[in-house]
Amino acid sequence: MSEALTHTDFKSDIKPVWCPGCGDFGVVNALTKALAKMELRPENVAVVSGIGCSSRIPAYTTCYGFHGVHGRALAVGTGLKIARPDLTVIVTGGDGDGYSIGGNHFLHACRRNVDMTYIVMDNRVYGMTKGQASPTTEPDWDSKLSPDGTGLREFQPLVIALSAGANFIARAFTGDPNGLADVIVQAVRHPGFSFIEVLSPCVTFRPEQRDWKKLVKPDAVKPTADIARAARRMLRDTGFDLGVLYAGTRSPYAPRGPRAQRDVRELEARFAL
Amino acid sequence: MSEEDRPRAGTTPRYSSVSIALVGSGGAGVMTAGNMLLEAAAHAGYYALMTRSSGPQIRGGEAAAMIRISCVPIDCMDDHFHVLAAVDWDNVHRFGAEIPLGPDSLIAGDPDQGEPHAVFASSGAAQARVPLKKMAKAIPEGRPNMLLLGFAAMLVGLPDDSVSRAVEKSLAKRPAALPPSLAAVAAGRDAAAAVERRYMLAPSPARGTPRWLLTGNEAAGYGAIKGGVRFVAAYPITPATELLEWMSPALAEVGGTLVQAEDELASINMAIGGSYGGVPSLTATSGPGLALMVESLGLAVASETPIVVVDVMRVGPSTGIPTKSEQSDLNIALYGLHGDAPHLVVAPNSVADCLRTTQWAVELAESLQAPAIVLSDQFFGQTRAVIDVPVEFDIGTGPARLVAAANAPGFKRYAVTPSGVSPMAIPGTAGVTYTADGLEHGERGTPSSQGTDHLAQLDKRRAKLELADYGAHWADVEGEGDLAILTFGSCTGVVKEGLSRASVDGVRARLVSMRLLSPTQPARLAAALAGVRRILVIEQNHTGQFFRHLRAEYDLPAPVTSLRRPGAMQFNPGDIHRHLLEWSRS
Repeated sequence: MSEALTHTDFKSDIKPVWCPGCGDFGVVNALTKALAKMELRPENVAVVSGIGCSSRIPAYTTCYGFHGVHGRALAVGTGLKIARPDLTVIVTGGDGDGYSIGGNHFLHACRRNVDMTYIVMDNRVYGMTKGQASPTTEPDWDSKLSPDGTGLREFQPLVIALSAGANFIARAFTGDPNGLADVIVQAVRHPGFSFIEVLSPCVTFRPEQRDWKKLVKPDAVKPTADIARAARRMLRDTGFDLGVLYAGTRSPYAPRGPRAQRDVRELEARFAL
Repeated sequence: MSEEDRPRAGTTPRYSSVSIALVGSGGAGVMTAGNMLLEAAAHAGYYALMTRSSGPQIRGGEAAAMIRISCVPIDCMDDHFHVLAAVDWDNVHRFGAEIPLGPDSLIAGDPDQGEPHAVFASSGAAQARVPLKKMAKAIPEGRPNMLLLGFAAMLVGLPDDSVSRAVEKSLAKRPAALPPSLAAVAAGRDAAAAVERRYMLAPSPARGTPRWLLTGNEAAGYGAIKGGVRFVAAYPITPATELLEWMSPALAEVGGTLVQAEDELASINMAIGGSYGGVPSLTATSGPGLALMVESLGLAVASETPIVVVDVMRVGPSTGIPTKSEQSDLNIALYGLHGDAPHLVVAPNSVADCLRTTQWAVELAESLQAPAIVLSDQFFGQTRAVIDVPVEFDIGTGPARLVAAANAPGFKRYAVTPSGVSPMAIPGTAGVTYTADGLEHGERGTPSSQGTDHLAQLDKRRAKLELADYGAHWADVEGEGDLAILTFGSCTGVVKEGLSRASVDGVRARLVSMRLLSPTQPARLAAALAGVRRILVIEQNHTGQFFRHLRAEYDLPAPVTSLRRPGAMQFNPGDIHRHLLEWSRS
């Protein structure tokens, strides 16, 4: 069982539910390539997700997977990684799952800085429920639920992640699976909470996103550990600059205080008279 | 000092149970004194309970330490208090309903701090005036609460050395405070010597078994660890916080971990994540938190991930009364989940049973790969009790979780099996990787919208709970006769004592305290109720949730009546005694 695995060894035989041309196919390709490149074994990797189109990813890999409820993927991943620090934990999902219903967990996952990787496939729309505005949707994007748009400014995931304490922040494009795979490898290897915003077009409800391939600027940035510099980049860029925008030096989450392996019965001394 | 309403002269009666309330404004130290009194009673060989109450202020509000000391094991407070001893009377009248007094009671207070409020004085209790503050001032660094401790201990006849031991233990880290405290205790004792009315405890029984001093929250925490829990995700909420605070350092000592979550949605999902990783996992909360966790309880059902949620019930709905007990989360625990979602609900029926039942819940959740809710309540959770060391359940289930071996041929995580339980692959195990899913799925775990897969998995998840053998632990059944009382949780102790008093009047009844509330046990309850003529259901909530549940889920063999009362209006044994007399004769 020790022969080298290729990316196809990490792909399951389950046919994705995604529409033809969906950006998320590129993420499965990139993720499986990255896992093979890191010479990990499927049984030592857990892919955790919430609900939405992109949250279907775990079952499309041969890793351990957990497809939970809407918005709680980071919580499941956090519990899994703290209980089983030996595993490589990768949390996946979409912009609605991560920034709207799961927004609180996003903030606190950044703060907590548990050593895991969060891949958000951002298509600026709720696809599974057939086209509603998400937190990253433009304010004037018309939909049945919010005619003429929501009128709300877009959520800024990268700079929010930075200010909340994420230790690694990158932007990648699903149209470049090799580049994305490379970013995933860096993210998994970087200690602490790593966050990758993946621009992943929804060709069904946002067909104009097919043009993203013309807008993205590969290798536009080099990593910095300077938080102020990273913040300026994130606030000023067009949203299509690809690369690692921030690679920090915070220590990952670890349980604090003295730890021991005593016999359970010794706890009874606390009650004994 | 003076004493009014002197009791008649004669031989001093001996009490088998005495109840004392120590009250005062914030910072007066009545909780400290109460804890010491409890500990002193324990050292002297008595059983005891202490509940506490405080005003709405976060810190510094008035406080009451309510203590019952007994020669025999006790699981509830008494009908009224023998002694109410106050450092001062600021806002203490708020506790009027919680500290009922009678003409045989004694109110002791410092005349320089004012007079007892009418809510107490109208009881006709005798009054003792003790200038606590002046007396404390006469002792350098002396404090009135220590005077009160010595006073109360003397009134009930606790031996000096037991009190000294309790004070020494409590002040072990502050040795400088010990001499003035002991001096103040001695002064309090002297003050009590002048009071004629006494509540002398009968001699303590020989200590046949070792005793513990703990709260129900601590007992549940320890039970969880004994059951194998090594991962806890925690969000603070009254009255469950102390359970989590107890577990935090305790887990660290046995190789486990507790993580503080950002909310209850996170805490239950973190627990699910930990358990998916093969580590038995738990979270604890109260009603508002349980309501937030309900969706993910369904996830644990569908993904067949074992977890335990301890719900330390408080008064609801909404924020309700966080510091008061109520059994009103039964409905949400049993029926709150959407979809057809079989799961386990168990209820401990004493402080000691919080240990056993929580341990049992972990073992059931693990072996049946399902979520288990433990319905504790504020009374158990925050009552400090002196108890016999709990006898553990003989469960003997062997390895708790059925796990898949590496490279098991044809592994299907959700395979339909005769028992309904299918092997669970633990991450790290090669050749049996799978994706757990809250979506309905086929045997492999692949999402499926087919009715046949839905039915097969519904049947599987129901079967594993219904086919399990819960042994004798489903309920505690005692007594005989053609009357039966059905109850659960913290009502059990009150009902037992009320029934015991009624039995002196010739009332004979069976008592069924149900520990396993879901899945239902129709055959076992039918056997327990065989031949009964009438049934009484007793519970602490407004709508009769347990009564309705029993009527809906069981073919009860006799007419049923309901005795219920909302939280913050606890039953006492006298209430039950009177009701049983009336009910049995009607």
